[in-house]
Amino acid sequence: MAVATSSSQVLNNVEAVRATLYEALKADDKVVILGEDVGNRGNVFLITKDFVKEFGTERIIDTPIAEASIVGIAVGMAMEGLRPIAEIQFADFIYPAFNQIVGEAAKTRYRSNGEYTCPMVIRTPYGGGVRGALSHSVSVEALFYHVPGLKIVVPSFPADVKGLLNAAIDDPDPVLFLEHKKTYRLIKGEVPDGHYVIPIGKADVKKEGSQLTVVSYGLYVHWALEAANQLEGEGMSVEVIDLRSVRPMDKCAILESVRKTRKLLIIHEDNKFGGIGAEISAMVAEEALFDLDAPIRRLAAPDVPAMGYAMPLEEAYMSSPAKMADAMRDMVKF
Amino acid sequence: MASAATPRTPEFERHNLSDEQLVAMLRIMILHRTLENRGFALNRQGKIPFASASEGHEAVQAGAAMAFERGKDILVPYYRDLGLDLGIGLTSYEVMLSLFARIDDHSGGRQFPHHYASKKLGLYTISSVIAAQTSHAVGAAYAIKLRKERGRAVLTTFGDGATSEGEWHEAVNFAAVHKLPIVFLCENNEWAISTPLSAQMGQPDVYKRAAGYGMPGVVVNGFDPVACYAVTKEAMDRARLGGGPTLIEAKCYRFLSHTTDDDDRSYRTREEVDERRKEDPVPAFERTLVEQGVLTPESLDDLKASILAETNEATDRAESVAYPRPEDLFTRLYEGPWEPWQ
Repeated sequence: MAVATSSSQVLNNVEAVRATLYEALKADDKVVILGEDVGNRGNVFLITKDFVKEFGTERIIDTPIAEASIVGIAVGMAMEGLRPIAEIQFADFIYPAFNQIVGEAAKTRYRSNGEYTCPMVIRTPYGGGVRGALSHSVSVEALFYHVPGLKIVVPSFPADVKGLLNAAIDDPDPVLFLEHKKTYRLIKGEVPDGHYVIPIGKADVKKEGSQLTVVSYGLYVHWALEAANQLEGEGMSVEVIDLRSVRPMDKCAILESVRKTRKLLIIHEDNKFGGIGAEISAMVAEEALFDLDAPIRRLAAPDVPAMGYAMPLEEAYMSSPAKMADAMRDMVKF
Repeated sequence: MASAATPRTPEFERHNLSDEQLVAMLRIMILHRTLENRGFALNRQGKIPFASASEGHEAVQAGAAMAFERGKDILVPYYRDLGLDLGIGLTSYEVMLSLFARIDDHSGGRQFPHHYASKKLGLYTISSVIAAQTSHAVGAAYAIKLRKERGRAVLTTFGDGATSEGEWHEAVNFAAVHKLPIVFLCENNEWAISTPLSAQMGQPDVYKRAAGYGMPGVVVNGFDPVACYAVTKEAMDRARLGGGPTLIEAKCYRFLSHTTDDDDRSYRTREEVDERRKEDPVPAFERTLVEQGVLTPESLDDLKASILAETNEATDRAESVAYPRPEDLFTRLYEGPWEPWQ
């Protein structure tokens, strides 16, 4: 249970994003927010509620419904010296902006040989478990983690949300900042006051253990912790690593843990084929195959477009603490 | 008032351009064509892998460049804008470095020719993706407006083909909503590689779309450099003073194939090209300036000779520069050294 202290407060993930954006807007006139319904409405999750009253419609920009230009305009703003924070209302709507993210933002520095840079953040809520159906529940990280020039952050705890969002806003290169929408109000935690930064690319061991390494990110970190704590009661010791960033990824943290526990289970909400777990599996196989006592295992979504709207379809798509506990038990006993 | 004894061409309107400025525009037009022809020749000699064509765009580009204020304005061009780039200060040597893909090229030999990037010139980096740059131009214009920088504006260009892209529409619409200091200049050469205008749009006038966005739309003869200067100047001045965006359509033509990898004989007749070639803006503007007494036949010859000498010198100098090294593949992806696994 998180407890507020004099220099921290308990926030959920929505409040952590909101507080960080607010502080960034206060601290730097160059910071602007643009996206659909971020102004008058204050974002569909009320993350930017009332910002427009304090910072004005020129810095909190309600855009037309046009995702490609939301990102493209942010690229131009960034090249001209602003610090834009573009919002894609739901990650499912990011596809029209794929060209601007992959072909433009990610290549600005490289193609101009450093003459121009693109310091911008693209925030977007992603993920399921909220009856979001085919078009309000997808995970998009694997579509973008293939792309050199981008950084991709996927925090799961409020304190990490703030530290990593600060890092993203300060970053001199484009950062895709993915916020799991089911964690928005579900997950609360102590968040330090004031400006602090958590480096992008550093994982965090959320629970130490000795018999199995679980690597995850987003909502599933919380479920993996729930499962690992249950196994603790059964006498099994599971280590849970929260990647926090998937580009770059923290090889040292993964290898250090795997060499200790000698077993690796990767869990993610995105589908398995070509997902983040595939890259981690390949890396561990290349670097630490002979340190392993069991085959690497991936627990991930089936190879279908997304979860269905009907509850049984959503549950069949998603993992759960119980399914995770089963997989962990099998691995520990292997 | 002109007497009958001193015949003049009454239709020539110089729009307050001095003789020096008129000659400077012609110089850019001839230099543009000379450098571009050099690119095609170098390709046929096997010295460079690729060159692209903008013959027929010289007038609109030289005219628009004259309306650009160096040190203040921003240019977000497309890849067929060699003359515009030269007109705002790019050098022949930089062009040749780009064609030869040498290490000192703006992109370090990474980009296709004529994809420049220079903060000093106010020249933005672009990709080859059609219309992808239009929203960048709008973002830059938004920054200018947010900072209340009067006296600055963005000029962005594209072909007729770009106006089919959804990203183009999104960008123009946003500029209209926010009355941004920007000018959208369409260089309508009637061909999107092999696709004619009739297969691109239901009516042939891009400028008419401006009404739908709520901004002024202007059409101009893209073979007339002075007219192109005048409409671009008026639109840029309006943008600089907070009057919002303008969509200009300059009607021109692409005389050559799309690039050295294209063969336009497969999709348009020689008769069509030959007919349009009669409107070639480069010899036409040469004749005009001689007729107007701005140049003599001799001073025109001197101008051409100096441009050829400049082109030769730039070619030799750039060819002698080294290629980028294999290790240059790995630099300037992010700030600082980079490894996806930390």
